[in-house]
Amino acid sequence: MSDNLIEIRDLSFAYSDRMVLKGINLSARRGQVIAIMGNSGCGKTTLLRLIGGAMRPTQGLLRVDGVDMGEVDQRGLYRLRRRMGMLFQFGALFTDMSVLDNVAFQLREHTDLPEEMIRDLALMKLNAVGLRGAQDLMPSELSGGMARRVALARSIALDPALILYDEPFAGLDPISLGVTGNLIRRLTDTLGMTSVVVTHDVHESLKMVDYIYFVSEGVIVAQGTPDEIKASELPYVHQFVHGEEDGPVPFHYPAPSYAADLELSA
Amino acid sequence: MINGLLNGVRRLGHRVVDMLWRMGVSTRFFLLLLLHSGQCFRRFHLIIREVFSTGVLSLIIILVSGLFVGMVLGLQGYETLQTYGSEEALGVLVSLSLVRELGPVVAALLFASRAGSAITAEIGLMKATEQLAAMEMMAVNPIARVVAPRFWGGVISMPLLAALFSAMGILGGWLVGVVLIGVDEGSFWSQMQAAVDFREDILNGMIKSFVFGVAVTTIALFEGYDAPPTAEGVSRATTRTVVTSSLAILGLDFILTAFMFRGV
Repeated sequence: MSDNLIEIRDLSFAYSDRMVLKGINLSARRGQVIAIMGNSGCGKTTLLRLIGGAMRPTQGLLRVDGVDMGEVDQRGLYRLRRRMGMLFQFGALFTDMSVLDNVAFQLREHTDLPEEMIRDLALMKLNAVGLRGAQDLMPSELSGGMARRVALARSIALDPALILYDEPFAGLDPISLGVTGNLIRRLTDTLGMTSVVVTHDVHESLKMVDYIYFVSEGVIVAQGTPDEIKASELPYVHQFVHGEEDGPVPFHYPAPSYAADLELSA
Repeated sequence: MINGLLNGVRRLGHRVVDMLWRMGVSTRFFLLLLLHSGQCFRRFHLIIREVFSTGVLSLIIILVSGLFVGMVLGLQGYETLQTYGSEEALGVLVSLSLVRELGPVVAALLFASRAGSAITAEIGLMKATEQLAAMEMMAVNPIARVVAPRFWGGVISMPLLAALFSAMGILGGWLVGVVLIGVDEGSFWSQMQAAVDFREDILNGMIKSFVFGVAVTTIALFEGYDAPPTAEGVSRATTRTVVTSSLAILGLDFILTAFMFRGV
């Protein structure tokens, strides 16, 4: 068994003729939490979707748990996905099912376990995220942070080897933010999973991840442990970590000169 | 001038290509749906749930509309028949109009606007909130788990709803004709029994409503599945479901009637 759960070599991806990712090299060891960071539209969510098998790489190698994602067929992909969980940005809970049924969904779909056992397992997962008491609520009755935690419980229902998180911190209050961050770390450690977090929340991520990749315009521009990133002098990383308005990522969207647009003669 | 003409031709071309493209995609969707139907028949409770939400929840509008359509038929039919002194044939007129045409067609139109729009909105919103993508990531095929049960739920409900619509309509015709106006009850029912043929009329009506059920649910499911994942996209798809399925019902009705009742 290879030490790396995710192995990406010279990966490129294009939507029709628009290059989104160019020559990405990345790896994640088993048991690690890695973060993929970058400003909006830099291609980080695309990278996550590629790892999840929602799209196929245009070029290069992408291997998840030994499976070549460029070659795998539908059956192989579904087999792999049973060992993979994904937390969507807003939870993506099934709105016609209660919290308990949401968590039990995969157990019911993929196992022949008796109903009492499914209920017990689902309650254990809910307990792990602190929401056993909310088992009978419907998703519409949950706050954003609670929905995210239920979705987390749902994604660990089958004890996956890998969990992908798409912006797990977006739109959360500071308390929920800390809770979610701690949960990701704790669940990864106790269940022996590997986690890939796509986020732009620098401070929360620096506290809990093992390794960070910075993506800008489809290229990995920096990488390192949280301490290395904090100490980095690279202008892009500096701008990102300190939230500066202007820098390598300009404040202004490319435009003709301001005077010309206002039709002012010099 | 020439440029304008060229642009017009180009737009027309784009529309035709788009339409053909959508027809291809929807046919593929329909075939995939059939291919993945086996699983939902093994878990029949999934289909029963959909029969409840598309069929049982449409009952009120179907029953009330059926009753009123029958009552109006009773009034109008009596007016016309009495000019020829054959008002006891009212039962035949009411029952044949309902069982052959109005039952399947009006019930399907109501079904399209009540259940079809709900299906499109639900599937479209599931897509917009990434529920379908989440299911896919959990190695569960959304076509097998979400689409196929809704399809069969609709296809099973539609003929039953049409039958109930016709039954209520006949009751309405009886209420107005016999109870209110005073047409002879014996001839109302006996002429109806003699004139309505099981194979010619009732079975053909059932076949019609089965075909309408397939058309309406397929259109509703495809529109929802294909909707752009935005509020505007879902609302447009819902409107398109009602418009397209209504036109499909009327068009199919003409074709089916031409085949079934030619020369009768």
